[in-house]
Amino acid sequence: MTEAEVIELIDSSLAEEFELDRADMAPEANLYEDLGLDSLDTVDMVIVLEGAFNFKIREEEAIRAIRTLDDIHRFVLDKIEQNS
Amino acid sequence: MNAVVVTGIGIISPLGNDFAALSAALLAGESGVRDVPELQQVGGLRCQLAATIDDINPKQIPRKFRRSMSNMSIYAYLASQQALAMAGYPDEQLGSGDLGVMIGSTLGSTTTSENFFHDYFRDHSLERMKTGTFFKLMGHSCAANVAQSFGITGRVLAPSAACATGCQAIGYAFEQIATGKQQAILCGGADELHPLTVTTFDIMNAASRQFNQQPAATPRPFDRRRDGIICGEGSGILLLENRDSAVQRGATILAEVVGFATTSDTSSIASPDVGAMATCMQRALDDAGVAAAEIDYVNAHATGTEQGDIAEAEAIARLFGNNVPVSSLKGHLGHTMAASGSIELAGTIGMLQQQQLIATRNLEQIDERCAGVDHLQQNRVQAVKTILKNNFAMGGINATLIIRSVVDD
Repeated sequence: MTEAEVIELIDSSLAEEFELDRADMAPEANLYEDLGLDSLDTVDMVIVLEGAFNFKIREEEAIRAIRTLDDIHRFVLDKIEQNS
Repeated sequence: MNAVVVTGIGIISPLGNDFAALSAALLAGESGVRDVPELQQVGGLRCQLAATIDDINPKQIPRKFRRSMSNMSIYAYLASQQALAMAGYPDEQLGSGDLGVMIGSTLGSTTTSENFFHDYFRDHSLERMKTGTFFKLMGHSCAANVAQSFGITGRVLAPSAACATGCQAIGYAFEQIATGKQQAILCGGADELHPLTVTTFDIMNAASRQFNQQPAATPRPFDRRRDGIICGEGSGILLLENRDSAVQRGATILAEVVGFATTSDTSSIASPDVGAMATCMQRALDDAGVAAAEIDYVNAHATGTEQGDIAEAEAIARLFGNNVPVSSLKGHLGHTMAASGSIELAGTIGMLQQQQLIATRNLEQIDERCAGVDHLQQNRVQAVKTILKNNFAMGGINATLIIRSVVDD
């Protein structure tokens, strides 16, 4: 998968799960303040990403620091690179 | 004791998705029973019909609230929204603590249960379980979701007594307002169709199976050719209020709730007893301080089963003889389970407004074993002031409500 394909899969998965408008999903968008997610959504987001990319990230410490969509993109890309 | 009145009604039903649509469809004698292809896929299931919900838009509910809702909570939310709007209930009162929620269902969401276990049994892993699952499975899912969505901060109760749920919820709400514990309560029942419900009745030979090619011809309460129940879904929600506070805020009063009784029939967990049914109705009359002769109409539970219809007709005859018109709305609506008590009670409020009694749909030839009461086989225009409404449930749960018109004679 190219970086662009990874980012597209992340964005489309989150848009579907949380009924987000793709126009609002700028990389710098804050998940909580801009996209309206909350703590329950964060738990579900991990499950969605695990399903989309077939990896386990629930116990990763770095998840707790995620604030923006771009943070997710970087986190997933790093995880894929570690696993390759 | 405080007088208790109905000021709002919300309906999601197989016969329309608001109170006006329900009332018009009942008056026109329409059927909400449909062919359900999904039921044909269930091995061994003989009944292929159900009374299902169409034409709703769940996406009008914000995702933040909808994520914890299965269909039954969606129905309850939409019906609650209608009831609050009809009553003109002030937004600023929702979080006052004076308003409560009492909405029950037969079970938590069986569809959610099925989906969860379908996934779980792949590898016995819980890692794919999302946070919304529990909120759809819990027994008080409808009540909690409605309270959360509308910001209602008073008492929340989720009575669960299968087919008597809606009737009990309204009765318990009536008592809480009468005793001053709450000023107003959103109350009623909700259920969603799942093949398990139909199967439950089918294995006991209590589901209709001879009319799969003629959906509108079944169920047939009190009729010679009746062959069982047709399961349904939906939600009926009433806003009950303390009469004084309703009058003070200028609300339109639709009817008054004047009596309630609920009893346990320990003769059987599945089969009804005539004496127990009659006792429940008598207790409701006593609670209302109303004599049997003052009842203008009995809205029967009668689902179209062999045993239930006979027992109820005999129990009604024991109290009222042949003097009071009787009908069941199951021939129109099917059996909407936990919602049946509240949807059907709303139907009777429509009768009060129209001063017209609605006949039992599909009652063509009265079973002689159900005779002895004044069966309505055609709609009847007549003065109606006081109505007695029954619901009887698996588990030996009986419930009866009595309502009265507030229009002066």
